[in-house]
Amino acid sequence: MSVVFRIPGYLRTFTEGQKQVALDAQFRLLRDALDSLAKKYPGVRDRVLTETGEVRPHVNIFVGTESVRYTGGLDTPIREGEEISIVPAVSGGSGHQLRTISV
Amino acid sequence: MQFAPPLGVEDGNVLVLVGTTKGAFLLTSKAGRSRWQMSGPHFPGHAVYALAFDSRHGRRRLWAAVQSMHFGAVLRSSDDFGRTWTQPQEANVKFPSDAGVALKQIWQIALAPSDRPDTLYCGVEPAALFESNDGGETWSLVRGLFDHPHRGRWEPGGGGLCLHTIVPDPSDSRRMLVAISTGGVYRTEDGGRSWQPRNQGIRAEFLPEKYPEFGQCVHKIVRHPTRPKRLFLQNHFGLYRSDDGGDSWSDIARGVPSDFGFAIAIHPHDPDTVYALPLESDEFRCVPEAKLRVYRTRNAGGAWEPLTRGLPQKNAFEAVLRDGMAADSLQPAGIYFGTRSGKLYGSRNEGGSWQLIADTLPPVVCVKTGIAGDAEGGNVKAPKKRAKKPRVGTRSPARARA
Repeated sequence: MSVVFRIPGYLRTFTEGQKQVALDAQFRLLRDALDSLAKKYPGVRDRVLTETGEVRPHVNIFVGTESVRYTGGLDTPIREGEEISIVPAVSGGSGHQLRTISV
Repeated sequence: MQFAPPLGVEDGNVLVLVGTTKGAFLLTSKAGRSRWQMSGPHFPGHAVYALAFDSRHGRRRLWAAVQSMHFGAVLRSSDDFGRTWTQPQEANVKFPSDAGVALKQIWQIALAPSDRPDTLYCGVEPAALFESNDGGETWSLVRGLFDHPHRGRWEPGGGGLCLHTIVPDPSDSRRMLVAISTGGVYRTEDGGRSWQPRNQGIRAEFLPEKYPEFGQCVHKIVRHPTRPKRLFLQNHFGLYRSDDGGDSWSDIARGVPSDFGFAIAIHPHDPDTVYALPLESDEFRCVPEAKLRVYRTRNAGGAWEPLTRGLPQKNAFEAVLRDGMAADSLQPAGIYFGTRSGKLYGSRNEGGSWQLIADTLPPVVCVKTGIAGDAEGGNVKAPKKRAKKPRVGTRSPARARA
């Protein structure tokens, strides 16, 4: 197993409810790993990246414990067994879904 | 208020769709409009700046522009009045890779006239127009507007650089107006291939040149379905009317306490009757004198009258945003508006009196209407015989049908 993505609640709609997605492949850069995740779960791509290919401003990605904003962005190197966390920035909520109520 | 699940909508029922900064609320009533059922929040925690009901071609489809602060904006639809919503895998509205910009927000969803029942439009930020010709399955950027040489000189208004208003022409589907803050009004007559600024007579208070070719901060435009050349416009200072499809505009802000405001709605059956909700200055942005008053003209802007029955007339520090007011197409017409403080008011007698339909909602940013089973999809046909102007409060709303 090469990398494990930790998926926030909001995006689990697009990963068949999985909190973690393991990808059994070798990746050189974060963009390669994200591309592989998006091929498996297409709904993830446009929620994490804009159409200009940048990480959305209120989405943080951590490789290990380090935000990729400080390690090269999508060109951050990925090592074997790395844990990659996609996290909504603190500027918003947890993604916990309220049940729609009838009032 | 009667509490109810989001189903049970019958043909002829009125729908009022309310978008807020924290989700959407759907309300329905029989044509009498005396008791309302509400469901929501749909998409809790998401801003919903645009909603639409598409009943063309036998559809019963709701559209919502759902904005996640973190994960972007998509259009979602429901064919069962909000019980279930589509969840597109790919973002269905996005700029092509060569555009060099990314979608920030969807501000408007508009239906083409009923002779093009599979065509929809949406207006977005950064300012651009998208079109779908397959009922909303796929969307494409309208390049004629995006590539306009003026685009680089449009400036963002308070809400961002957005295309927030789309006004198709029911008499000619190649003709359409859009409004951009701040770019002004643009019109196409060839289905979107080319666009011309149509701002003659509209003031730009915030520029050295008060009447430029473009660059105005237009807040909303409405068109009467049976008289397509008749348009009304609420500007960032200025209320205007055009009788030539936007070629020229005349100031009609005589008799209102302020010519600043956002929301404007047109009577569905009378092209001379319009509703505006003036706000006090672009700095304070609350209703003048803290009195919540809708202003109505019945002679195309020659005179305005305040409509106050049922609305708070003191300590009402309220504001209504650009898409916060709408009319239904029944007779007598229903008028609805939602406030930034989360109140939804409605009148079932054309503004003669108002009821508080819902309170303590999140801030309201969008109010739209529809009639279930209305094949025109809200594009009202010209009545064969012009309806006599109703005497307020003397007709029974319960017996009135479109």
